[in-house]
Amino acid sequence: MQANQPVIDQNPKEEKQYSYLNLGPTHPATHGIFQNVLKMDGEIIVEAEPTIGYIHRAFEKLAERRPYNQITPITDRLNYCSAPINNIGWHMTVEKLLGVEIPKRVQYLRVIVMELARISDHIICNAVIGVDTGALTGFVYLFQQRELIYEIYEEICGARLTTNVGRIGGFERDFSPKAWAKIDQFIKEFPLVLQEFANLLERNRIFMDRTIKCGGITAEKALSYSFTGPNLRAAGVDYDVRVANPYTSYDEFDFVIPVGTNGDVYDRFMVRQEEMWQSLSIIKQAIAKLPEGPHYAKVPEFYLPPKEEVYNNMEALIYHFKIVMGETDVPVGEVYHSVEGGNGELGYYLISDGGRTPFRLHFRRPCFIYYQAYPEMIKGSMLSDAILTMSSMNVIAGELDA
Amino acid sequence: MEISEQEKITAALNEKYEDQILRIETLYDFLTITVKSEKIIEVIQHLYKHPHTKFQFLTTMCAVHYPDLNQIAVVYQLHNLVSNNRLRLKIYLPAENPVTPTLTTVFPAANWMERETYDFYGVTFTGHPQLKRILNVEDMIIFPLRKEYPLEDQTREDKNDTMFGR
Repeated sequence: MQANQPVIDQNPKEEKQYSYLNLGPTHPATHGIFQNVLKMDGEIIVEAEPTIGYIHRAFEKLAERRPYNQITPITDRLNYCSAPINNIGWHMTVEKLLGVEIPKRVQYLRVIVMELARISDHIICNAVIGVDTGALTGFVYLFQQRELIYEIYEEICGARLTTNVGRIGGFERDFSPKAWAKIDQFIKEFPLVLQEFANLLERNRIFMDRTIKCGGITAEKALSYSFTGPNLRAAGVDYDVRVANPYTSYDEFDFVIPVGTNGDVYDRFMVRQEEMWQSLSIIKQAIAKLPEGPHYAKVPEFYLPPKEEVYNNMEALIYHFKIVMGETDVPVGEVYHSVEGGNGELGYYLISDGGRTPFRLHFRRPCFIYYQAYPEMIKGSMLSDAILTMSSMNVIAGELDA
Repeated sequence: MEISEQEKITAALNEKYEDQILRIETLYDFLTITVKSEKIIEVIQHLYKHPHTKFQFLTTMCAVHYPDLNQIAVVYQLHNLVSNNRLRLKIYLPAENPVTPTLTTVFPAANWMERETYDFYGVTFTGHPQLKRILNVEDMIIFPLRKEYPLEDQTREDKNDTMFGR
């Protein structure tokens, strides 16, 4: 090239300039520790690269060294918005391995606790969708009811967030009169509050314009990405573990599975709204049909005996010692059990080699599986839509990272 | 699941891949088929398309390390949402060098599941678009869920567990 010749661009269609944006790991709008490196064309997302594992706590490895009843607190910390479902799902997995017959009353009490947990999970997700679209009122309003649910947990098991509710074989104690009073109060108050929240958002023109056709996914894509729970149902597939493989007498209750059509933020929101009504109706049915009977099954090797018996009965003392020290051997077996968690099919794949701890325990964590579709769902959308899509998918960091 | 459904599934598998089946068992109402590791993707594709099975939903996959056999099992759980049948497929790979083709060609959902399995067991999935660690830090040099790695650092001296034999 000669010195004085003007420099001519050999490639006039020069490559477009993209900017890169680090969304997270600790961004107040992501509701948890998620990092996404976004390749942006102006405000349009071209590519997203999620990084997960910031709060990985090696639960599967920990579980290989823990006695069965000490794994329950681990499950609390998976989806911590609906911890009782995780706890009871784990109890049921072990009961399936042991082949224990569970009394009807325990099953109904479990249904009540699990549906309360589902409501509290959906409250968080839907209220946060409201917040991310700029409607803070509903959030504050609904969270009072969530507080009431946590007070019910307190009466049942003593804890609020990481509940560790129940034991293998049943509940540590029957529900107290105070717990029943709180549940009655909840049943009375919650429909009014939920209706008010629905009036605030469901047919709100601003909210609908903001959420319809935002972050959508087709049913085929959702199935190929193994979506479960409200996210799959919003795309139009009526798969619900409570109906497909009924556990704890769910087949004795009358409820419908709400489904959406577009799988967008609005559909996910509406599916969760309707599920809250259905859960409320299930709780009412369970209370109306609640059978009398013991609140625990006869599994003395796993169910901690009452303290009076420990002091007065030799056998109870031995069982107490063995349970507390984790010295109970479990039969050899391989079992998979799944429950409908707050955000999808929560599965426990347990292999026992006959020892005191599981040989292998794998958690099927719904949001770990469906979060991988997130880059595809936000491709081509605006940055603010990406935030909204994430909050409507109900991705819980604890469950994502195990 | 009824017996006839299970027979239907095994019959569908027998049509083409009878020589691949090593063992058929039912573990706690869950049909489990152990197959040879060479043609696992073809077997899953066959079950995906076959009109009697149509296992078109990948529930989960994980690996299990058997130090006594010196093998790593890779476990796939498939689900037919229409007829509500579930199937567990198992393959066994040598623990020294576990290599198997990727399932992402059939199920996009297998992407992160395979990355997780690689992360914790070192199973290499050939053809995977982005096989790197997912939950652990990238400069980790071990595969932590293998049985040879104990949970706690064995050189620690500040803890005495002799009494309770952990």
